[in-house]
Amino acid sequence: MTTVHERVDTFHDNDQKPVGYGRMLRKEDPRFVRGRGRFVDDVRLPGLLHLAILRSPVAHARILSIDTSAAEASPGVKAVVTGAMLAEQGLAWMPTLSNDVQAVLATDKVRFQGQEVAFVVAEDPYAARDALELIDVEYDVLDPVVDARRALEPDAPVIRDDLEGKTDNHCFDWETGDEAATAAVFARADVVVSQDLVYPRVHPAPMETCGAVADFDAVEGKLRLWSTTQAPHAHRTLYALVAGIPEHKIQVISPDIGGGFGNKVPIYPGYVCAIVASIVTGKPVKWMEDRFENLISTGFARDYIMRGEIAATRDGRILAIRTNVLADHGAFNGTAAPVKYPAGFFGVFTGSYDIEAAYCKMTAVFTNKAPGGVAYACSFRITEAVYLVERIVDCLADELGMDPAELRLKNFIRPEQFPYTTKTGWVYDSGDYEPTMRLAMEMAGYADLRREQQEKRARGELMGIGIAFFTEAVGAGPRKNMDILGLGMADGCELRVHPTGKAVVRLSVQSQGQGHETTFAQIVAEEIGIPPDDIDVLHGDTDNTPFGLGTYGSRSTPVSGAAAALVARKVRDKARIIASGMLEVSVADLEWDKGSFRVKGDPGKSVTIQDIAMRAHGAGDLPEGVEGGLEAQICYNPSNLTYPHGAYICVVDIDPGTAQVKVRRFIAVDDCGTRINPMIIEGQVHGGLADGVGMALMEMIAFDEDGNCLGASLMDYLLPTALEVPDWETGFTVTPSPHHPIGAKGVGESATVGSPPAIVNAVVDALEPFGVRHADMPLTPSRVWDAMRGNARPPI
Amino acid sequence: MQVPAPFEYERATSVDHAISLMERLGSTSRLIAGGHSLLPMMKLRLASFDYLIDINDLHDELGYIEAGPDELRIGALTRHRELLESATLTAAFPIFADAERVIADPIVRNRGTLGGSLCQADPSEDLSAVCTALGASCVIRGPGGAERVVSMEEFHVGPYETAVGDGEILVEVRLPVRPGCGSAYEKVERRAGDWAVVSAGAAVWLDGDVISDARVGLAAVGPNTTGIPEVSAALRGQTPSESLFEQAGAIAARSCDPATDQRGSADYKRHLADELTRRTLRRAVERARS
Ligand SMILES: Cc1cc2nc3c(=O)[nH]c(=O)nc-3n(C[C@H](O)[C@H](O)[C@H](O)COP(=O)(O)OP(=O)(O)OC[C@H]3O[C@@H](n4cnc5c(N)ncnc54)[C@H](O)[C@@H]3O)c2cc1C
Repeated sequence: MTTVHERVDTFHDNDQKPVGYGRMLRKEDPRFVRGRGRFVDDVRLPGLLHLAILRSPVAHARILSIDTSAAEASPGVKAVVTGAMLAEQGLAWMPTLSNDVQAVLATDKVRFQGQEVAFVVAEDPYAARDALELIDVEYDVLDPVVDARRALEPDAPVIRDDLEGKTDNHCFDWETGDEAATAAVFARADVVVSQDLVYPRVHPAPMETCGAVADFDAVEGKLRLWSTTQAPHAHRTLYALVAGIPEHKIQVISPDIGGGFGNKVPIYPGYVCAIVASIVTGKPVKWMEDRFENLISTGFARDYIMRGEIAATRDGRILAIRTNVLADHGAFNGTAAPVKYPAGFFGVFTGSYDIEAAYCKMTAVFTNKAPGGVAYACSFRITEAVYLVERIVDCLADELGMDPAELRLKNFIRPEQFPYTTKTGWVYDSGDYEPTMRLAMEMAGYADLRREQQEKRARGELMGIGIAFFTEAVGAGPRKNMDILGLGMADGCELRVHPTGKAVVRLSVQSQGQGHETTFAQIVAEEIGIPPDDIDVLHGDTDNTPFGLGTYGSRSTPVSGAAAALVARKVRDKARIIASGMLEVSVADLEWDKGSFRVKGDPGKSVTIQDIAMRAHGAGDLPEGVEGGLEAQICYNPSNLTYPHGAYICVVDIDPGTAQVKVRRFIAVDDCGTRINPMIIEGQVHGGLADGVGMALMEMIAFDEDGNCLGASLMDYLLPTALEVPDWETGFTVTPSPHHPIGAKGVGESATVGSPPAIVNAVVDALEPFGVRHADMPLTPSRVWDAMRGNARPPI
Repeated sequence: MQVPAPFEYERATSVDHAISLMERLGSTSRLIAGGHSLLPMMKLRLASFDYLIDINDLHDELGYIEAGPDELRIGALTRHRELLESATLTAAFPIFADAERVIADPIVRNRGTLGGSLCQADPSEDLSAVCTALGASCVIRGPGGAERVVSMEEFHVGPYETAVGDGEILVEVRLPVRPGCGSAYEKVERRAGDWAVVSAGAAVWLDGDVISDARVGLAAVGPNTTGIPEVSAALRGQTPSESLFEQAGAIAARSCDPATDQRGSADYKRHLADELTRRTLRRAVERARS
């Protein structure tokens, strides 16, 4: 693989934009900056009713009775629905994305604080909210299971007594790698380091909360559902299976989405309630959750309690990695991951290193907390995996007295080893790690930073330098082993070129802010030579786009991006045949010059793609056997995942008196293969790095011992602001993916995955004078102060 | 959407009008100033009132910063932003600008008021600590226009509870002006715009090189803003020095009563009470000297 440095062109004016890849302003932005975006909450239909959900105030309780009479009599109320009423229709429970079931409205018990208990439909949102207070629910409060470490104790209350024969809180076991081989390597290793780590529960907290507008037309028998979904097609199929409405009578529309980060992958009870409410009332019904509801009840992320072990030779050759994980899945297993991967892609915990053996054993448990499990820009649990390996590699460096950069450089998988099969069976497609690492070190001025740190330490100042190097596995995925509830993870794409040479490309993936309308126009533009501004990108409407599994796990460019390139090539192949007719030469005599076909050796003779489009739709003759029109459709099934990588270096300063951490610098060098729009890539990286600062330093969904959620508002669940983040210093290398048609890899989650370990490593490095080897996130001033005093404690 | 329970609303046209409305409507009514403490509680339905009496039209009457020879007077409806931007106030008591820079965010500061802050009496509220450090007194007006003046110590009677009674309104805060004053504020927060983990305000008055008076106010280390008379006693008559500040810090740490919560452990907060007391005293002395 070659690593090339790309020219950095900035096109502030889209008129100078390249026809294809390059830095162009986002096509969707004029709409957003002028406030003309159209989000679910902007959908207003005649006769619209409003739905509000009553939620459980306690974590675990039996429902003794529900009295809805006062709410029903409240002004403006049209319907009050409880779990018992849904049960009569067989709708009280719905499947989750992990083959578990989740209550739409609780019937027997509530199993987490914030669980849906009843809903009110009213003429306006205020009347609906007011009526909630009039519903009288009698609870028999039960002991909750809050600490995952106690979930399997014999006397722990059983949460899922809805499941036949269930006598404990065990959710699943999972293992990967070779236990015996790994044990053998550990037994003979010079050095073994082990460290307990907690990746606390965090929340995606998108700016736009979840919501839906359901409009069931009883005459047509058709359901139109505007909803905040990252996967409109998958949702349509699931609604068809659950609600029994035929799939062709369901239209899921995902309009502009104000951030997803995985939060909008699952189907939430609220969506189902809105559908039921529309069917019951015969009117369109809107449900928009508020911030509190979003934080306490929707898909959380992480919540892994891990022990990492690493074996190495005395001179720093890493031999094996072993880990044991306890996963807290909350009250229902709502993890959104390919079904054969209950732990997502955690199996890549061997990181970027060439090692001899690896093994992971995981136990997942139910607790009285909100369900979910994979969300928040994690590339299906790679966030946890990368944190684990990058933290224990630093622990090893500490043990060996070796520089953490040097230790990593010594153990990288070498470029000639790709495609590289890891000890847990993942086939890394391509990578050239050392140049990426060296570039980051050069940008950081690594040697100077270490010198500065020495001087500061001598003066009692606390400065830390943290490194993380990650390899991600993104772009799920090959349909032979990846599906969600039986739906294969291949993506359709359709391209139509209109007579005047303008085009529309229809995608199954749905943008939540990633800039799809620009990136996909650029991919098609590069292949077919039509300027990106002349290409409209259509997505988020199941009636008007081909089937595919949606946007999450950084899969849009690896899967749908490939589909877009290939469908454009298919159109170009047809255009070539039409051009040969127009120029009266054989196809072999034509050469493509981004936007036109030229006769080889006679540059004066050429036709543009626009000329060809007009001919394809016009009255003139077409070559023998060629149909009119210029369009194509494909379904792309990736042959492998793509494996982007990156080297991150973080510099922190800690106030020795108050223990406050300041992130002074952050250097991020990303390699996501071929770069389509560098500005959009940088935007993805900037956002992910800010996410990382949040997780490392302040974010955590905590619970008290009664199972009350302590992160139920943005005053309690802290998100970082511009004041907590430095000016990002970004760089890149380019190692194309060999199997992706344009060599691109995903980048949407790289920075969220890679930055937390870099920051934690930096904080731990700064605390070296206090003998600190590890401290768990979130590294709030109080927790850093504890670590300085030798009292580093897990956050749970 | 978070919406409060239904309520009725009236805009007061004068302070006396506001008082007469409160008299008439009784304890189910509430004054609303900037609304940045009241409305969040109402939207989360932690509080609900039948009537809100809006005093935002009274800015002419209640929004001012006036420096006199013996005292500086601030109207209760003076907004955070006005406190932050007032050159008069910053010249006399830089502790205000120190604090305002770290209170909430510009959106909250544009609306939130001095009176609302003090009357909310949140244990982590910053301006109470500022006013405590400066030895402020509060002017409360009641039915019939009767006014009484209470010290900060008397003003706070418990968490979220003040000396302002039914039918009364806080109209003014008075800060005594004495020569040789220096003041400073420091806050530790987990993130910009967050409430304090702990914050400290200090004011010292120097007579030559001797401390004639000193006061420290701490926020978020007990049920109410904590003034620490023992610190004042220890500093009065002394020459400023690092060891003196250390002594003051130690007194602050043992005189407060913090609780462990999401913002930090009680031990850490106690440590901060010490650390921030030392830091603010040091800076206050520097400022008094310059
Ligand atoms: C996001 C956010 C962050 C914040 N961060 C901080 C912070 O870091 N530090 C900090 O100190 N504060 C913070 N605050 C609180 C902010 O300073 C509020 O503005 C302030 O506490 C209340 O002022 P207000 O004018 O908005 O009062 P309101 O909300 O209008 O009123 C608060 C209470 O005071 C009563 N009241 C108001 N005026 C009077 C009066 N003149 N007489 C009698 N009673 C009166 C009201 O009836 C009500 O009970 C924050 C607020 C928000 C929303």
